[in-house]
Amino acid sequence: MSEDNVEARTPEEAPADGTEVQETIINLEKAEEAKLKARYPNLGHKPGGSDLLRKRLQKGQKYFDSGDYNMAKAKITNKQLPTAAAPEKSEITGDHIPTPQDLPPRKPPLVASKLAG
Amino acid sequence: MMAGPGGGSSDVQWCFSQVKGAMDDDVAEADIISTVEFNQSGELLATGDKGGRVVIFQQEPESKSQPLRRGEYNVYSTFQSHEPEFDYLKSLEIEEKINKIRWLPQKNAAHFLLSTNDKTIKLWKISERDKRPEGYNLKEEDGRYKDPSTVTTLRVPVLMPMDLMVEASPRRVFANAHTYHINSISINSDCETYLSADDLRINLWHQEITDRSFNIVDIKPANMEDLTEVITAAEFHPNQCNTFVYSSSKGTIRLCDMRASALCDKHTKMFEEPEDPNNRSFFSEIISSISDVKFSNNGRYMMTRDYLSIKIWDLCMETRPVETYQVHEYLRSKLCSLYENDCIFDKFECCWNGNDSVVMTGSYNNFFRMFDRGYQQDVTYEASRENSRPRSILKPRKISTGGKRKKDEISVDSLDFSKKIIHTAWHPLDNIIAVATTNNLYIFQDKLN
Repeated sequence: MSEDNVEARTPEEAPADGTEVQETIINLEKAEEAKLKARYPNLGHKPGGSDLLRKRLQKGQKYFDSGDYNMAKAKITNKQLPTAAAPEKSEITGDHIPTPQDLPPRKPPLVASKLAG
Repeated sequence: MMAGPGGGSSDVQWCFSQVKGAMDDDVAEADIISTVEFNQSGELLATGDKGGRVVIFQQEPESKSQPLRRGEYNVYSTFQSHEPEFDYLKSLEIEEKINKIRWLPQKNAAHFLLSTNDKTIKLWKISERDKRPEGYNLKEEDGRYKDPSTVTTLRVPVLMPMDLMVEASPRRVFANAHTYHINSISINSDCETYLSADDLRINLWHQEITDRSFNIVDIKPANMEDLTEVITAAEFHPNQCNTFVYSSSKGTIRLCDMRASALCDKHTKMFEEPEDPNNRSFFSEIISSISDVKFSNNGRYMMTRDYLSIKIWDLCMETRPVETYQVHEYLRSKLCSLYENDCIFDKFECCWNGNDSVVMTGSYNNFFRMFDRGYQQDVTYEASRENSRPRSILKPRKISTGGKRKKDEISVDSLDFSKKIIHTAWHPLDNIIAVATTNNLYIFQDKLN
């Protein structure tokens, strides 16, 4: 889009040479795509595909599943150690399997909304 | 009077009216506004936030001493609608954030609204109490029970006036019907039912019945590896009670007729703008995802919002939109960074004015845009503290993309992408708009002369 056209005073109608505008649009997008691929060479080729959608469906912090839970239980019986020592050590991300008891209880905000202030 | 959005030849000038919320920079996550909705008369304005709270504002009646000034919106009621929950079966947190609020049409003195988070919809009753009974036989005035042996006479309690109290109470809880995250609720014009939509399914409810819900759309594939699109929004037609639409992440809108079959997986109409497959980029599908769909008030059109534009569709024509408005085309050359900072997934909403002549949507840098369909004009305004002097007139903003930036223009590179206006609402009968920044609610109105 030319810089003079920023505030389009008319809605986007097909101009006389509509293909030129379309080409400009797709060139801009393809240039941005090239930038992205340069930064992330391992990016998949199906951007809108099931990976992205499944991530969207699973939005929300998943803490553990029964597999993790049973593995953690097994580790404890084998090692006999971590239970007492773990609270003192600072937790390394991924090293500590959270259980319902560990999770800080999430309470609703106790104050009223500031919109009502 | 619903003239154009202002500037140029149309005669509407928008002025700042009020701003709600804390004006400091320290924003608690709970204070992030997540939905804004006027009721059908425009007298009430509801907001929901990430902390699960609802705040309802009521417009003061116009004062006789200042007849040309519209009433201000003041707090009417506030309550905690949803609380954080934990789904132990899936070890998932369920956010208390209010995704949508929809008002039921008013049938009596009380007001009813539906509010929903990701999993549960609640029907809230908001009622006023301005009288209370006094003169009980068995209780003292302070509530303590009298010793029955001291009661020697009998009297009828009388209703005495008291200070107005507004009470909100949950009347129905519609739970356990959605595996995925609810994105929309919409009340049917039949005044009996409503729909709720999540990423893959749409359910039909009766407003009175909480233990049963009918599934009317199911796009979940048998094999989740085959998943190609999700439902992004759904709405009932404003006066045809058998018709609803739902939009998808692939930029399509399907219109369904509930008279055709119980399960509306087969659409009656499919609205999609054709695209040359050679003109597709990595971003094409992502930016075509529809973030909001709204029927016009007259029921003849619908509006969709995708990442860069607003499209108006004639319900009689499925092949292409009748109008397209560019919201912020200058972002097309920024898609790479907008993907990296996740802004490309922002779900902007859109709204119509009361007579369907103007549409409005938000953008970044606390900008919002209005498009006048009749005058074919558009304008950009900013919701900011600098423009917050009472009745100060909003000045149109301009963004410069080229090298030469004129005075008063803002360059694309200096836009603040953390300041986004996702939620906007237009009073159904008047030129009053509510615009939500991250944690503030701005109310603007047109200047009455």
